[in-house]
Amino acid sequence: MHHSALIACHECDLLQREVPLPDGGKAICQRCQATLYTQSTDSIDRALALMLAAAALFAIGNAFPVVSMEIQGHRTEALVWQGAWRLHQEGESLVGLMVFLTALVFPLVQIAGMLAILVPLRLGLTPNYLVPAYRTIEQVKPWSMVEVFMLGVLVSLVKLAHMAKVVPGIGMWAFFGLIIALAWASSTLNPHEVWARLEVREPEPAR
Amino acid sequence: MTAPTAAGYGLVACHVCELVTRAPRGGAEGVCPRCGAQLHSRKPNAVARTWALLIAAAILYLPANIEPVMITSSFLGTQSDTILSGVAYLYHSGSWPLAVLVFAASILVPLLKLIALSYLAASVQSRSRANLLQRTRLYRVLEFVGRWSMLDVFVVMVLAALVNMGSLANIQAGRGAMFFGGVVVLTMLASMSFDPRMIWDATREENG
Repeated sequence: MHHSALIACHECDLLQREVPLPDGGKAICQRCQATLYTQSTDSIDRALALMLAAAALFAIGNAFPVVSMEIQGHRTEALVWQGAWRLHQEGESLVGLMVFLTALVFPLVQIAGMLAILVPLRLGLTPNYLVPAYRTIEQVKPWSMVEVFMLGVLVSLVKLAHMAKVVPGIGMWAFFGLIIALAWASSTLNPHEVWARLEVREPEPAR
Repeated sequence: MTAPTAAGYGLVACHVCELVTRAPRGGAEGVCPRCGAQLHSRKPNAVARTWALLIAAAILYLPANIEPVMITSSFLGTQSDTILSGVAYLYHSGSWPLAVLVFAASILVPLLKLIALSYLAASVQSRSRANLLQRTRLYRVLEFVGRWSMLDVFVVMVLAALVNMGSLANIQAGRGAMFFGGVVVLTMLASMSFDPRMIWDATREENG
């Protein structure tokens, strides 16, 4: 037995009825004011387009240096994985691993996972890995920190500006684009539309 | 009169797909009929887990602020920087807006997170009915700002990767960076294990 029109607020557990929203609308919990769900036009189409853009920007951001620096004719450039690797070589492997995961692996999982879900949904298919893939994305999301990483890059540039000539690279612009694409995609996608594709099975008999 | 909640009606909302279904009887663990996720009305052992992670984070908070996070060496000598001296450096080099930003992200946010989450956990344990809405908002803010504390870890990483020219100039990560990263990860885990719905459970009348 299930109540598809009922929703429980995820922050205060208040039971409310789901109501249709206009495009761009947002349903807010009447007790604690948490956002319950949003409605956007062509939710899946737009999210897919933005995720494809994110994938391209992610590839560019990791193939080209984020910043390069010159001191007395010496020039150094760094890619994200090289920075993480350098921390590992210095014996700060845990810090290196943390950076490697939050700035590279988790964003990659987020993008690849969303594409793996959205492409079949766009084609009218419901992939059998929908649930595990979506759960993985949700678990990885808080740890995917591209925007914090880029702010860190900006702070580093200011710190270095006193001692060297620093030049923002192509990678940096790609990462800025990536931040926008990811934020936009996750505000566009309405998870209710994804879950509505799943059939509700009868509850398993009690053992 | 109490507000209708899922738990009050013997219902449970799936934490993955948000489908509201009848809770399994006798407190047994069930699975969501739509997505197959484990059903639980509240996050399991939320208060105990939050406390455990908070205490661990508080222990790491000390070395994170005392140990150097960054060691700069050049032909002029070697200099160790803690989080706080890094902020002071930014301030004195004339970029005070950035100094304020780094101070907020690296010092204020972790400290406020430790205090605020302790307050939330303690108020839930004492079934406080005060400031329900404000406490929920506080939790929302904590969830949002926590990740920004990673800022300094990324700064150290970028500097260490770029300034790598042997005797001319060299920047290395210090032990403090590991402790500091630990504080950020543990406080994020602590706020994830807390369940804001328990704030509102205090308003439910006891009916067995």
